[in-house]
Amino acid sequence: MAMHTDHSHDYENTGELPKPQTKAIWKTFIILVVLTAIEFVFAFMMDAGTLRNSIFIILTVFKAFFIVSEFMHLKHEAKALIWSILLPTALIAWLMVALISEGSYYFDSVVNYFN
Amino acid sequence: MWFFLLSDAFTFGALLIVYGLSRHKHLPYVGDPEAFTFSTQWWPIPEKVFNAFPGLHGVDLPLAFVALMTMILILSSVTMVLAVEAGHRMDKNDVQKWLLWTILFGSIFLGCQAWEWTHFIVGDDTGMVLGDGTRVFGASLTVNQYGPPLFADLFFFITGFHGTHVFSGVVLLIMAFINTVNGVYHKRGHYEMVEKVGLYWHFVDLVWVFVFTFFYLI
Repeated sequence: MAMHTDHSHDYENTGELPKPQTKAIWKTFIILVVLTAIEFVFAFMMDAGTLRNSIFIILTVFKAFFIVSEFMHLKHEAKALIWSILLPTALIAWLMVALISEGSYYFDSVVNYFN
Repeated sequence: MWFFLLSDAFTFGALLIVYGLSRHKHLPYVGDPEAFTFSTQWWPIPEKVFNAFPGLHGVDLPLAFVALMTMILILSSVTMVLAVEAGHRMDKNDVQKWLLWTILFGSIFLGCQAWEWTHFIVGDDTGMVLGDGTRVFGASLTVNQYGPPLFADLFFFITGFHGTHVFSGVVLLIMAFINTVNGVYHKRGHYEMVEKVGLYWHFVDLVWVFVFTFFYLI
């Protein structure tokens, strides 16, 4: 972030550019495509139910992991940043699970309160 | 950027919580999926709602179009990382090339979403018969042919909010592209702005992964 110094001369005399390092990127892309394809296979081969939904959610979390760690490069950042992003996200995931499983009670109390 | 994205994740988290709550508040459809009909009694099965494809009128292709949209967005994410990677190597031409691909894929995604919305609003040929014998076609904020009013409201709100993010992302990308062409970043000595726009872009892709699962699959 704090790179405000002038580097404009660093690259002027280098005639050759370094070779692209894109192997990991394409690998991540293939993983994402395969995971999405698996989701579709399950969507059509399996009847709806808790088991299918859990498979979808687990695969989604895997996809999210690859996007955040590789594409967004979080895996290679400072430890403190990793934790300060992951902890609040984990808390909101907990809130989501809690609110959805207790959802009808919560919804009813809100409705009753306003009636 | 990371902390802005975290706050944005809270907003989308809240939207998905509301979706989960409203969905549980309505009855699920318990019968045979083959015999499924739209009704305000129960929450619709997404495969039966999103089964159209442009140019193939009346053909039942469950989730095919949304699969295409997902692939386009993932692909745009890949071209974005390639742009960031080219920026690390100070390769101006490659940054331009990959930014342009990302802008293209982002715009295609927006176009697809426009088609998806149009189809959702206009509806199909059958519609849904209401209690008083009248038929509704398509969807508005108060009534829709697919299920309870909340279903369409949440569709508009969640995918609309995500689409707005994609749109802002495309605008940011175009700005980054213009700056790259003008050599602003090259003079500055680093392509960090491309990296920041890239973070935002991946976040948009990430949100779509979740919207896709919770709205279209489950």
